[in-house]
Amino acid sequence: MSETILPKNTSKTKPNEEVLFVRPSSGWAALNLMELWKYRELTYFLIWRDIKVRYKQTVLGAAWAIIQPFFTMVVFTIFFGKLAKVPSDNVPYPIFSYTGLLPWGLFAAALTNAGRSLVGNRAMITKIYFPRLAIPLASVLSGLVDFAIAFVILIAMMFYYHFIPQEGYEFYLTPAILTLPLFILLALITALGVGLWLSALTVIYRDFNYIVPFLTQFWLFITPVAYSASMLPKKWALIFALNPMTGVVEGFRWALLGTDTAPGPMVAVSSTIAIIVLITGLFYFRRMEHTFADKV
Amino acid sequence: MSDIAIRVENLGKVYRIGEFQGSYSYRQDYHTLRETLVGAVTAPLKWLLASKHSKKGVNNHKPEVETIWALNDVSFVVPKGQVLGVIGRNGAGKSTLLKILSRVTEPTLGYAEIHGRVGSLLEVGTGFHPELTGRENILLNGAILGMKRTEIERKYKEIVAFSEVEKFIDTPVKHYSSGMYLRLAFAVAAHLEPEILVVDEVLAVGDAEFQRKCLGKMSDVAQEGRTVLFVSHNMSAILRLTEETIVLDQGKLVYRAPTPAAVDYYMSSGLAQIGERVWAADEIPPSAAPFTPQVIRIRDGQGRVVDTVRSTETATIEIEYRLDAPITGLRVGMYLITARAESVFTSFDTDDPEQFEAYRVRPAGDYISRCTIPANYLNEGRYIIGINASAYRIRRYFQDEQALSFNVDGTAAPGSQWPELRMGPVRPLLDWRIEPASPSKYTDKDQVEIVHDQ
Repeated sequence: MSETILPKNTSKTKPNEEVLFVRPSSGWAALNLMELWKYRELTYFLIWRDIKVRYKQTVLGAAWAIIQPFFTMVVFTIFFGKLAKVPSDNVPYPIFSYTGLLPWGLFAAALTNAGRSLVGNRAMITKIYFPRLAIPLASVLSGLVDFAIAFVILIAMMFYYHFIPQEGYEFYLTPAILTLPLFILLALITALGVGLWLSALTVIYRDFNYIVPFLTQFWLFITPVAYSASMLPKKWALIFALNPMTGVVEGFRWALLGTDTAPGPMVAVSSTIAIIVLITGLFYFRRMEHTFADKV
Repeated sequence: MSDIAIRVENLGKVYRIGEFQGSYSYRQDYHTLRETLVGAVTAPLKWLLASKHSKKGVNNHKPEVETIWALNDVSFVVPKGQVLGVIGRNGAGKSTLLKILSRVTEPTLGYAEIHGRVGSLLEVGTGFHPELTGRENILLNGAILGMKRTEIERKYKEIVAFSEVEKFIDTPVKHYSSGMYLRLAFAVAAHLEPEILVVDEVLAVGDAEFQRKCLGKMSDVAQEGRTVLFVSHNMSAILRLTEETIVLDQGKLVYRAPTPAAVDYYMSSGLAQIGERVWAADEIPPSAAPFTPQVIRIRDGQGRVVDTVRSTETATIEIEYRLDAPITGLRVGMYLITARAESVFTSFDTDDPEQFEAYRVRPAGDYISRCTIPANYLNEGRYIIGINASAYRIRRYFQDEQALSFNVDGTAAPGSQWPELRMGPVRPLLDWRIEPASPSKYTDKDQVEIVHDQ
């Protein structure tokens, strides 16, 4: 009968064996990030699955990661750059808007994917235990691949505008580019923070399925993607930066395009807000986590 | 060192049903934002009104919150190395117990203490993605079940061999037959090596060959001295694999004994029987939508819902269900099998060409599909009804192989003048004619010719 003999379980009678208590939880739970770390392989596999599945059965495959921001950039350039003549901090408008669209794409995808991630993984949540945080985390992190692919276009554009200077515009690399990883991290923190809130809220209130697309659209307008934050009155700049994506986008431009907008105070405000959103998101998620299996 | 693997103390779990819409939908437990917002706005208002009119005794008309204790004050201990069976009717709390022990859901009351790494198998193939290949799904499913990557890689060959799908291992599993899919899914699960294994009804799926293989694997695991909690409706599997068994009924632990005694208790105490089965929200997989099975019941000749029908009377099977959206080509039907797993028949509500035409598209709404089993048809014994709702070759919405069981009482059944056991699942009263053949040389009166007249 035994096709495969499993190795005998050498029941290690460790003096202090692992004892697990399963009991009702109440109120705010500890974050227990150690456990998430223990399950890092699962998180990795979930990211891997998301990426594998995303472009399977699409004709253009990963090219979609480029097509979306690229054509948005073209449309923005025509309507905002050429027709509305939106000022672009002295850099060519196409590269100006594309630099904003990159982190925006990462954020918008995270919002959409994380929001429905728990509901989409209902089968797993109701059958297997694992830290539920792994699911929205994986869906946010899997967006990094699209981001990296879209980044290739930016590099190409940077070469293009570097060697073929446009009249009336200046564009050059500065050492500020070394800070780019920090702004990517800030984008991820923002995306994860908002994603955690939305994923938990979507489980409890299905209305968020409808709110998220609207929210994403609305958010794009209050973020300086198509325009520059320097257009705003100085005294409003910091209030504007309460939207953490403002700091991210302005930071990206400062780091990559060498715009002399000195977004320091804005980035500080945005980072603070992003971290607050992430921490509250983590706690809210953990608090609601134990109800997911029954509600999802 | 304690020899206890699992200790469960006063464990309880309450589910709310019908709180908002009063529906039995499996999603009954989520709120819409409107309800919360309306609740927040109207609560003070209601409170004001209520205090104003309190003397007049105005009823606040609070919606009834109906709750069900899926598990109620259950306590037991499982020593290390024991294989414990868990039996009970559908909705008795078995799955809830396993879900709590595997930490999928939290108890409302009480606690469980678990000594050792738990592997839970509430379903095979959890997290399988149809677009991924067999190989990719092995890796993913292994990680979901809690295996380390190195562990999966080490056992990969063994898993593939066990699954018998080597040839298709690089094909997306959406192209697999359901048998191949199950074999692959079970192969991964079978190579899990936890100290405590919690298994739900995973053997209730698949063909006989697959089930034999699963049972073989399960008994290997049991013999290795691991602690196993094994839920099944299959009494022969329970008898074969477990030493001791607990019986759950309506969320309570009602009996614990060595397995043969527990099975005997369960079968004879009437626990296994009521003649009606209501599907609880958590028993309906989301994949069933828009089909929601609600109740299946059996009525005797007088229309009473009973567990035992008389062979000499008609019996009516009623399947109640709701469609949230119209379904084209839906057929709802039943399989009738005996307790010894012999198939008696399969029948669908649109078998009749007229019904088939009339219900080409079944609109959304509530339905009852009723089927009458003629009198003088079934033999005495115990029968199991499985139900199936599907669109032929398109999709299977819902299937429950053990939806309901009932007894047939053979009193006065055809041939009762001889108190002998009749073979076979049916015991029809056929139209026999006895007539003398030619008034011939046969003088022996016992010699008669039998004419089978249909």
